Amino acid sequence: MKVRLLLKNGVLTARLHGELDHHSAACVRDTIDDTAQKMRPHTLRLDFSEITFMDSSGIGLILGRLKLVSVWGGKVIVTNVAPELQKMIELAGIPRLVEVRKEADGNEAV
Amino acid sequence: MKPCNRFEMQFPSLSANESFARAAVSAFAAQIDPTVADLNDFKTAVSEAVTNCIVHAYRDTIGTVYISAKLFEDGKLTVRIRDKGCGIPDVAQAMEPLFTTGGSERAGLGFAVMQSFCDTVRVHSTPGGGTSVTLTKRFSRRMSYDKR
Ligand SMILES: Nc1ncnc2c1ncn2[C@@H]1O[C@H](COP(=O)(O)OP(=O)(O)OP(=O)(O)O)[C@@H](O)[C@H]1O
Ligand SMILES: [Mg+2]
Repeated sequence: MKVRLLLKNGVLTARLHGELDHHSAACVRDTIDDTAQKMRPHTLRLDFSEITFMDSSGIGLILGRLKLVSVWGGKVIVTNVAPELQKMIELAGIPRLVEVRKEADGNEAV
Repeated sequence: MKPCNRFEMQFPSLSANESFARAAVSAFAAQIDPTVADLNDFKTAVSEAVTNCIVHAYRDTIGTVYISAKLFEDGKLTVRIRDKGCGIPDVAQAMEPLFTTGGSERAGLGFAVMQSFCDTVRVHSTPGGGTSVTLTKRFSRRMSYDKR
């Protein structure tokens, strides 16, 4: 699992890549939290466009990051969820908790 | 009915084996020529059960995870994921959505996902003895199964 972080106008984008499971979520989480705690973005955007597989560990990742950024009043948005992951996102009720949307990117690297 | 094909495997409960386990089951299931959506659903359910062995059953140790799969002529696939870990004291409670003993990084949705992504989920558990989870799904094949 690779994750690329980009910061622009107070929005921290984490572009995740590959299969998101319990094994891969652990290092992604540490990478995101490290930077988020330093930068305190008003929005943490988790971009799922390059995620090819996800189990409930991905849901835990979203909810855990929501909890973290809530500490300083930030929000989480989830973008570009592939159709095959939609069922999982819906089942977990994610759209009721965070904004889920399609979005083109255009952010520069940190 | 007798299975027309089957396989068994076992591996240590290392998290690196999560992707290996679901890929193995998925590759086995591919011979029924399932739809991509059905295969993805089943793969996700297997990932949930295997992760539970690694995260919960063998929480502070490394144990063995056992998988056995049976494929039937009518396109039914049964996969049993078993551990000899800590067991579940109250299975009904554990299967309730959002119930978790795993802390803030776990959603408590694994069993809910297995139930919604498979036809049936059977759980047997003995506290101190281990847990077995049997997932069944009847796949609608894109082509008929060729057993030669
Ligand atoms: N193989 C197992 N051995 C011991 N306990 C288990 C096992 N599988 C599940 N459990 C117990 O059942 C609970 C619910 O499992 P479930 O998979 O639904 O949620 P979770 O693993 O806690 O969270 P998530 O799957 O969303 O990451 C677990 O928190 C754990 O207490
Ligand atoms: Mg689980």
